[in-house]
Amino acid sequence: MARHRGKGFSCINYPIGMNLGGDPSQALVHSNPDGKFMVALSSIDLGQGMKSVTRQIAAETLGVPIADVYVDTADSDTGPHCMGSFASRGTHRVGNAVIQAAQEARAVMLEAAAEELEVNAADLVTDGKGNIHVRGAPSRAITVAAACGAAQFKQGRTVSGRGIFLIPLSDVDPDTGEMTPVSCFAHAAMIVEVEVDDETGDVAVIEMNSAYEVGRALNPRLVEQQLVGGAWMGMSHALWETTEPYYPDRSHGPIDFNTYLMPGPGNIAPHNIAILERPAPDGPYGGKGPGEMCANPVLPAVANAVFNAVGVRVDELPITPEKVLRGIRAQGGARPQARR
Amino acid sequence: MPVEMRKEFFANERDDNLNEIGKPTQRQDILGHVTGRSPFYDDHLFEGLLHMRCVRSPHHHARVRSIDISQAERMPGVKRVILARDVPRNLNTLLSLLDFGLDDEPLISEKKVSYKGEPVCAIVAESERAAREACEKVRVDWEPLPAVFDVEEAIKPGAPSVNEAYPTNLFVYHDKYDHQKLRYGDVEAAFARADHIIEGRYQMSPIEQAPMETCGAIAAPETNDRFVCYTSTQALFFSLGTAAKLLDVSSARLHFIGGTVGGGFGGKVDSLHEPMAILGAMLTGRPCKYMFDRVEEMQVGAPRGAERWYLKDGVTRDGRIVARKFTGYFDSGAYTRLSSYAIIKAVGHLPGPYTIPNVYADVYCVYTNRTPATAMRGFGITGVDFAIETHMDKVAHAVGMDPIELRILNSYRDGDMKAHRRLAKNTALVECCQVAAEKAHWQISAAARHATSLTGGGGERAQLPAHTATDQQGLVPGGRTGGYARSTKRKEPDFAARPPQPAAPMPAAPAPQRPAASIEPVPSAPPAPPVAPRAPARFSSSISGLRRR
Amino acid sequence: MAKKPVQFRLNGDEKAVFAAEGENLLDVLRRGVGDLTPKFGCGQGTCGACTVIIDGEPRLSCITLAETVEGKAVSTVAGLADGARLHPLQDAFMRHFAAQCGYCTPGMLMAAKALLDRNPRPSREDVVDAISGNLCRCTGYEAIINAILDAASGASQNARRV
Repeated sequence: MARHRGKGFSCINYPIGMNLGGDPSQALVHSNPDGKFMVALSSIDLGQGMKSVTRQIAAETLGVPIADVYVDTADSDTGPHCMGSFASRGTHRVGNAVIQAAQEARAVMLEAAAEELEVNAADLVTDGKGNIHVRGAPSRAITVAAACGAAQFKQGRTVSGRGIFLIPLSDVDPDTGEMTPVSCFAHAAMIVEVEVDDETGDVAVIEMNSAYEVGRALNPRLVEQQLVGGAWMGMSHALWETTEPYYPDRSHGPIDFNTYLMPGPGNIAPHNIAILERPAPDGPYGGKGPGEMCANPVLPAVANAVFNAVGVRVDELPITPEKVLRGIRAQGGARPQARR
Repeated sequence: MPVEMRKEFFANERDDNLNEIGKPTQRQDILGHVTGRSPFYDDHLFEGLLHMRCVRSPHHHARVRSIDISQAERMPGVKRVILARDVPRNLNTLLSLLDFGLDDEPLISEKKVSYKGEPVCAIVAESERAAREACEKVRVDWEPLPAVFDVEEAIKPGAPSVNEAYPTNLFVYHDKYDHQKLRYGDVEAAFARADHIIEGRYQMSPIEQAPMETCGAIAAPETNDRFVCYTSTQALFFSLGTAAKLLDVSSARLHFIGGTVGGGFGGKVDSLHEPMAILGAMLTGRPCKYMFDRVEEMQVGAPRGAERWYLKDGVTRDGRIVARKFTGYFDSGAYTRLSSYAIIKAVGHLPGPYTIPNVYADVYCVYTNRTPATAMRGFGITGVDFAIETHMDKVAHAVGMDPIELRILNSYRDGDMKAHRRLAKNTALVECCQVAAEKAHWQISAAARHATSLTGGGGERAQLPAHTATDQQGLVPGGRTGGYARSTKRKEPDFAARPPQPAAPMPAAPAPQRPAASIEPVPSAPPAPPVAPRAPARFSSSISGLRRR
Repeated sequence: MAKKPVQFRLNGDEKAVFAAEGENLLDVLRRGVGDLTPKFGCGQGTCGACTVIIDGEPRLSCITLAETVEGKAVSTVAGLADGARLHPLQDAFMRHFAAQCGYCTPGMLMAAKALLDRNPRPSREDVVDAISGNLCRCTGYEAIINAILDAASGASQNARRV
């Protein structure tokens, strides 16, 4: 009886958003007379960071400090329509809607500043620190606060903007499946090392090494949160989780967290991550959406690692000790494959 | 080990000197999280809050002969017993908001249940405990029916009919076929020429989203003759529209508040709790909470559905995959929810991130007597990616190649034609493979190390197949006229039930971010889909093959 | 249903409430007292989202009968910060991005506080052990473990970033 190490590989791409229903999201942006901006959405933050990433996108587009922007979501009375947070559409769709709304608000802000400075709005730039100045002449400047105040108290302008992002409906050909399903793809590759106990069938994940291509890491810490947590979930799907352990038999269904199994803090493995960024032409600042795809490569990589360790193919998820042990016994013992 | 940013890749495609983008800015919501003050839906207190619980089927499949609520109504604290007849428009399908699929699922069932846990009665009481105790007193006379649990058994002739809207237990695509097809080239001809044929069968069991916050909603009458609804939904207007439709109430009278959600992972799209809570508030005139407990979340709340995939690859001696065939079954459970949609997403994803000249898929959305399935992180893709990537490992083993080198050899590159007949762009699979290998000290050949996503694609690989084998298998008789379904034609959708639209279309002109120029190039000459304005008249149009009318 | 008076200290303040027979502490805290920081995650004592500290010990308030805290001291996240100054654990959770949806965070913080109160210099294994009854579905735990180690006095060198 022994423990066997094995490595498994997988790589994937992931469709960002779905174009198949028409898939709009909207945003409204406005500033108060002090040049502080509010982004109104009806999009949902379920932990992925919707409020935070749209805040950064709005601040970048407006050209103002992040401290001067807050995101309010989700109230159907004040936030314009959004399809929702699913299908990896949040960052991509809502982010684009926020860009459009922020551009419109920024244009008003610059026009107001131009009127105060008696210059052409096209010659103005923002410094991202709360100032607007003539390109190449930083001394000819006005603060964002003064420009927004002048707009609202002297010039009678609302410093506001509307944004919508809609990808038109895609037809699907019933006979060939021809379609335009998505706008862009994120990518990942994953190598998982496992240790398989050939006496118990238990599989322990030893280490994960991965490369994720996310278009643009709009906030690297938020991306890291998704990739680390998502890979944990992928590992959990691979080895632990199901509501029907003997599917399609309906019995033995878990009803609590003592019977619905997930890896705890003592079961986690070191995960070394590389982030690559190939901006999506239609993504907000190139961003794609790492939240869903991050789990996917782990499942097959674990299965392939188990094969590499003991020569057993478990093609039914989750890869429980019972299935591994049955496989080992059926072939008369562990058959470690080529070491990698 | 820190996360590393590999800025050297695709550096010339990025501007890395932006003010806010790319910065590790703190989350806007973090202070609320660490002080416990982030306002989740259940953190809104109401004086006189009532609690709703459901009476659920103990059977996988059964007819309801009768329901006796007389004892339950007399239980202490009970304010209202709700039955199917109390739901104004008690039939819906989640994607009716996109006009995709037939209404097939009641909010509260009346004559038949098709999964264990299906609700037939709801009780609104002063406390959760009083509601639970009253549920115990509802007497239902059940007539158990034969049930079917396996997707391939469910579609055999003579199998019990699970879903009355789809009597053969199969969703119908485009009014035409009982499955979604993908046909690209001719796989059978390519199999005949291949050096190796590798086959596999893959199964993913149902998986629970298991957000730490269970699904729920609190609804309360507002003073202006509207209803406010605090909700854990992942899709605010989806839930609002669904509630408006089921309750036959103008969306103007619904005020939904959410956006701070204790995890979702796909499990909070189904919009069951909002209409139930609002119905409770409407019928009692008091605030009403409807919330899954953890047992319901595990076994009644919709999981990531099971999927079964059969794969067959034709491969040449040097590791090139020349044909790949899929047969897939999504276990939708008793009702459609979102599985029909996930299949289209899956089919658009095939054959994975590889350039394969001949691809074929038949994918079925099957009804069985289990909890309806719904979305979960990676929906439509996770299961088939498990199948594809486990299969790739078998292919590598069969042809004696390194698994990473096999992937890089077959990887899609910029300019390649994909099986859904659009050109690939912005690809980066090769680089991910190389970096992962490097990090894990997994040796790959020089050729594999030097490959890129930018080169080697296009040219011949951009061409559509000279010949594509098509067929009419799975044609649904009468489907084209919309008459295949047992039920009569659907009522015209209630326009008010859908998300409110602006009175005039938003101006499209100042929209640099609009995707007009960024949709994947259409290489051959399929007519570009007309971009019709969204208007009530769209139901008579055939813009989308998805639409059922 | 008969209600009984229960008196206890919550984050240092005297509280007196009426609790129904069999009512759990979580409901009494949330609806009786209005302290919404402990969360309902399972009601079964299996997820830890409702963790509070009772007389120095971490306890699951969803399976603690309210009447049993008569005369005891109960602490929740609502009392963790010293006025406007965050507790070192809260600060460390922020710096380590150790929360995503935030729903498990209050229970996680209380489990961690109970650990640091009795063991100011825990090992990584001690931390893992202390939070092993607290489930998180978002983070994969690594950031949480590192935040707790960081918050522990003199233990910051044990922290590792993933």
